[in-house]
Amino acid sequence: MKCDLCDKEAVVHLTQVVNGEMKEVHLCEEHAKAQGIDLNSPISITDILMGLSGPQKNIASELSLACPRCGMAREEFRKTGRLGCPDCYKTFMAELTMAIKAMHHSGQHFGKIPAREGVQTRMKSKIARLQKELEAAIAHEDFEKAAKLRDQIKKCREDGTPGEGGAK
Amino acid sequence: MTLDGLLQRHGGWLETGPDEGPVISSRVRLARNLRDTTFPGWASKDVRNRVWNEVLLAFDGVPDSKSFLRWRMDELSALDRELLFERHLISRELADRQTGSGVFVNEDECRAVMVNEEDHIRLQSLQSGMNLQKAWEVADELDNALEQSLSYAFSSKLGYLTACPSNVGTGLRASVMLHLPGLVLTEEIKPVINAVSKIGLTVRGLWGEGSEASGHMFQISNQITLGRPEPEIISNLEQIVLEVIEHEKNARIRLMSTQEIRVQDHVGRAYGILANAALMTTGEALDLLSALRMGVDFGLLPKMVRREIDRLFIQIHPAHLQKEAGSALSPEERDIKRALLIRKFLETK
Repeated sequence: MKCDLCDKEAVVHLTQVVNGEMKEVHLCEEHAKAQGIDLNSPISITDILMGLSGPQKNIASELSLACPRCGMAREEFRKTGRLGCPDCYKTFMAELTMAIKAMHHSGQHFGKIPAREGVQTRMKSKIARLQKELEAAIAHEDFEKAAKLRDQIKKCREDGTPGEGGAK
Repeated sequence: MTLDGLLQRHGGWLETGPDEGPVISSRVRLARNLRDTTFPGWASKDVRNRVWNEVLLAFDGVPDSKSFLRWRMDELSALDRELLFERHLISRELADRQTGSGVFVNEDECRAVMVNEEDHIRLQSLQSGMNLQKAWEVADELDNALEQSLSYAFSSKLGYLTACPSNVGTGLRASVMLHLPGLVLTEEIKPVINAVSKIGLTVRGLWGEGSEASGHMFQISNQITLGRPEPEIISNLEQIVLEVIEHEKNARIRLMSTQEIRVQDHVGRAYGILANAALMTTGEALDLLSALRMGVDFGLLPKMVRREIDRLFIQIHPAHLQKEAGSALSPEERDIKRALLIRKFLETK
């Protein structure tokens, strides 16, 4: 088996399931070393991920096997259904998004926001809420309301501040 | 007040007034986690201890922090942990945890904050009767007070980030505890459970599972935590619970109008066994007390007060009996104590 990045014989083989599709990565000794893999020590998946860069970027993103902050491995997460740390939400975003939608029939928070969160968070939250209202208005063919909401969203994006009633 | 003091305390969330119908209590629970901090189930002992200390400090910002008692799980005996569990102040999961795990409970037991359970913080507000709105306000207020010194893990898209994705968003689990003997006796409980389950809510037995729940006590709670603001989740649950209460009331009216003699027999037999038995398991006691409670609601037991029966529902549990006795008891010894406790109560009537 040849290295994915050159014509040499691959010595590192990694198998990964992404969205139900099996992906294999093969690297030669030189490229494996270039990615920071020490062939004589146990492989740290995180190191591989963090080491990959440049043209191999898409391989890196599909290989995200463990959370870089807490080290929770995907396999572990799948076994227990519990995440290791708040950052795991970013690490396992792809599969979590689907699971969360299936559980909650939604992917956007509309509730309380901690007082410590900045203006940016409140802004994003307000835009998300307006967008939900916009979708509802369009579904009800209330185009007058939809136009108003569209303008409000546009203004929010331009201003960059939540303004009146933005924080809830 | 010490942990033993809890035993002597009356007037808590489980004691309902005569006008509250089948509702026992309302509860709101909020799940919160600290920013950039590993969740308890995956964290080292050091991290868990740090979380405990951070919450301890954050309590200084709670206006009535002095009214909160605190216990760390590794300082408590298995019996004491069980006692807190029986009083609904901690979960089974917290009782089984050690380093860094603990609970803050205010003296009237209406507020409790579990630390290092599945999430760093599980904050609960318990109110007697149908009081979801009040429960939410109290929880929200305590959450705000703690947040003054804690930075929560939060994303503008997914809301409060929790160890299990099923709690993400608001981290809110609201529930109402209901006594539904009418629906059980008319065998209408299964269709009600099925109907409620189809609309994003969960029905569980308070003690035991499904329609076989001991004591005919059930808990209805929201399943969905993301995509709706907290007041909407609360009012949605409230509406459904009110409908279930209507069904329960109708079932009781039907029972009394078509099978009055059977209801009398059911309540009378329960009274007879409770007043004379020398051995009584927890499950049997819960079922018989349920009949007694319904008897009081029907006016069949004029000398009895509902509040006193509600109290027994908790006092007959194993850890409560053993704390009261001051020593560990074998299952048979507990069955004897339990039967005696109930007999003594009925003798005063």
